Amino acid sequence: MKTYSLTDNYVHKFDPTKTEIGLSTENLQVFYGDNHAIFDGTLQFRKNAITAMIGASGSGKSTFLRCLNRMNDDIATVQGKIMYQDIDINTPEINVYEMRKHVGMVFQRPNPFAKSIFKNISYPLRKSGIKNKQDIAQRVEKSLRQAALWDEVKDDLNRSALDLSGGQQQRLCIARTLAMNPDVLLLDEPASALDPISTGKLEQALQELQKNYTIIMVTHSMQQASRISDYTAFFHMGHILEFDRTERIFTRPQIQATEDYISGNFG
Amino acid sequence: MEDIKRQLTHSSKATKQDRYGKAIAFFCTFLIGLLVVSILYLVASRGLATFFKDHVSVWDFLTKQNWNPSQVDKNGSPLVGALPMIVGSFSVTIFSAVLATPFAIAMALFMTEIEPRRGTKFLQPVIELLVGIPSVVYGFVGLTIVVPVVRTVFGGTGFGILSGTLVLFVMVLPTITSMYVDSLRAVPRFYREASLALGATRWQTIYKVVLRASIPGLLTAIIFGMARAFGEALAVQMVIGNASLLPHNLISPASTLTSVLTTGMGNTVMGTLPNNALWSLALILLLMSLCFNLIVRYIGKKGRMAK
Amino acid sequence: MNAKKIDKLATAIIGFLVGVVVLILVALIGYILVTGLPHVSWHFLTSPSQSFLKGGGIGDQLFNSLYLLVLTLLISFPIALGAGIYLFEYAPQNWVTSTIRVAIEVLSSLPSVVVGLFGFLLFVIEFKLGFSILSGAIALTFFNLPLLTRSVENSLASVPKLQREAGLALGFSRWQTVLGVIFPEALPGILTAIILSAGRIFGEAAALIYTAGQSAPILNFSNWNPLSPTSPLNPMRPAETLAVHIWKINSEGIMPDASAVSAGASAVLILAVLIFNFSARWLGNRIYRKVTASK
Ligand SMILES: Nc1ncnc2c1ncn2[C@@H]1O[C@H](COP(=O)(O)OP(=O)(O)O)[C@@H](O)[C@H]1O
Ligand SMILES: [Mg+2]
Repeated sequence: MKTYSLTDNYVHKFDPTKTEIGLSTENLQVFYGDNHAIFDGTLQFRKNAITAMIGASGSGKSTFLRCLNRMNDDIATVQGKIMYQDIDINTPEINVYEMRKHVGMVFQRPNPFAKSIFKNISYPLRKSGIKNKQDIAQRVEKSLRQAALWDEVKDDLNRSALDLSGGQQQRLCIARTLAMNPDVLLLDEPASALDPISTGKLEQALQELQKNYTIIMVTHSMQQASRISDYTAFFHMGHILEFDRTERIFTRPQIQATEDYISGNFG
Repeated sequence: MEDIKRQLTHSSKATKQDRYGKAIAFFCTFLIGLLVVSILYLVASRGLATFFKDHVSVWDFLTKQNWNPSQVDKNGSPLVGALPMIVGSFSVTIFSAVLATPFAIAMALFMTEIEPRRGTKFLQPVIELLVGIPSVVYGFVGLTIVVPVVRTVFGGTGFGILSGTLVLFVMVLPTITSMYVDSLRAVPRFYREASLALGATRWQTIYKVVLRASIPGLLTAIIFGMARAFGEALAVQMVIGNASLLPHNLISPASTLTSVLTTGMGNTVMGTLPNNALWSLALILLLMSLCFNLIVRYIGKKGRMAK
Repeated sequence: MNAKKIDKLATAIIGFLVGVVVLILVALIGYILVTGLPHVSWHFLTSPSQSFLKGGGIGDQLFNSLYLLVLTLLISFPIALGAGIYLFEYAPQNWVTSTIRVAIEVLSSLPSVVVGLFGFLLFVIEFKLGFSILSGAIALTFFNLPLLTRSVENSLASVPKLQREAGLALGFSRWQTVLGVIFPEALPGILTAIILSAGRIFGEAAALIYTAGQSAPILNFSNWNPLSPTSPLNPMRPAETLAVHIWKINSEGIMPDASAVSAGASAVLILAVLIFNFSARWLGNRIYRKVTASK
């Protein structure tokens, strides 16, 4: 096991006057009890771009991602700032339920509700106050199209979501999140449970979505990161060692650990 | 922009609902806590009145054999010796647990080690039915079958500790079995595989590995069974004979704490000594139930530490 | 004796003991049904009981048992649901929570006579409700609460954590997540628990002797005004249930056909328990399919 310096890092900084930032963190620290899981995470996520987060398993990617919409509130102590629209959303005053409608999340394992396909999307919409039936139907259709699922399920919207294949379920979960009209989309290894064909469809959908959203995605597949992401962050033992444009990370990494990781000589 | 800021920093319908929901849910939980506290308080305050208000000595209460609360002895102190009931309760409890344990072990082993799939499918409903049969039905069957059989075989009236034990045996059997099944299932698979791989027979594996590893679980199961037996009222009351005399053998009419409580409470007047003395019996029941609880906790803690 | 022989012998002994238990159950149920069912007739199920004459029925007691069951569930289910939700979803891990958990465990292990006597003291005497259906239902609620709360909590906990995160990530509050996502998926488990608890309530007698009382006043089944003393619905009247009836006629034994009536009533009780047991399974499966399948 090689040891790498945890203080040498290269984190690209955007100039906020020139580049639109969808979400950013400043000095994020996460503790699971005594276990310090994230150190000084400072990162900017560009709007209308896909940022991939890579790194060995246990390096803190999921932990970091889950902080971004406060899903770690109950299980960890999270310090530092998370800036969204010039508001620090990591403070007690924030209404997390409203915030999560702006910063949506899709999980590693598909988790549709035990309801029909239609209700999986319409139920959260109605809960968030949209009552008009036509509105709801429209948004269901639109989000299913955005998630590239519409053609496969349009004749059968009353089927149980649990009867769908894993890939379809995952796209349904994306559609469900999109229907809430978020700004930022967080995805934690969304393709890890899917077959190659479903993965392809999912990636296509994400690239389409990139035009309108800030997308932040954890992935364990370097091919996937290089295929679809614009920016890549490399995590190692709770530290962000490198962040840059994806093609730079994959062609001319600045940090030894990154280079070893992407070339498969890691650890 | 300002819009979003407002939205993100102000409470919404969801936050309010959540607050009310949490308050209601907490209230329900609090009610249960309050209930337990009031039970402990009320039973204790009534039960202690015998000793503090009527000045009966605790020692006399626990060790004297003469139970006749409405009368006094020649020194003028009331006849409230609860020993016969205490002995009765402990006898039926211990005897029925001792009798039930081998059967429960056999049932549990059959369901987990010998025929895990078919055994469970067949015996699980057996256990559930045995649990489900109401205690008055056990009492009725005890009265019409067990008591006459005991009478013909052993003589006497048929009422007594033996009949009580036989009825309770069937009642605690499913409790001990199902709890012991759970702890057998918690014994890691690889213990058995390792032992079988070393060439041990199934019985050697069960005896040397599985049973040993599950001893704390078995003890817990037996204690739970005993708690059920100790607290059972009607089934026992129907077959024990209800004579508040110290039992000198297993087939003479006797009584338990619960049987005296169920038959006596309606015939006494609140606040009088005979009534208070009954509440003292209830207090003993309650304290024993707490005791069983503590023992289970203690075994659980020790079991966890050993791991 | 070698290891193989011992193994065979041990297996045979275990099989024998298991056989004895199964035989006991079969004999028990067989005896009750064989001696009891011949007495069960429409007349028996619907006519009032007799104290000194032959030929009495169990109509009022049967109604009382069912009415008490319904009232008890109506009172205890909402409380158990609330407590289950609190303990599973909100309770912080501190000494208050662990004390409450211990309290619930203590309550579940209290003998039902003690619970009944407490109900007697507090409701029948202090609050002057007298021997009444209401006192009985409250006592049965005490007796039912701890187990039902625990089952609710277990059913909620059996829904995968992912479902909870799905709701929260869509901006649901915890409360909305529990009611809208977790609860429907936990429903089969909760319903099964309710039906099983119904079986226990239906057969319970010790907690009722001094709360709902041991007498069955004449009921007028054409009078449905809950305030009238002869109305079956009046919650303030004393009400001997089926289980209490069996106990009473066997303890006092002044009824000439006590044994036949007990056998018949026991058969009815056992059948009710069987029905509760089977329907718990059946309904659990069916609802699960319905919730997860189309619509
Ligand atoms: N719920 C949790 N409780 C305690 N520790 C956790 C929890 N989740 C993750 N961790 C710890 O945090 C570190 C980072 O884990 P994670 O964020 O899951 O890594 P990754 O997603 O990169 O595989 C690990 O050391 C892991 O053990
Ligand atoms: Mg992860």
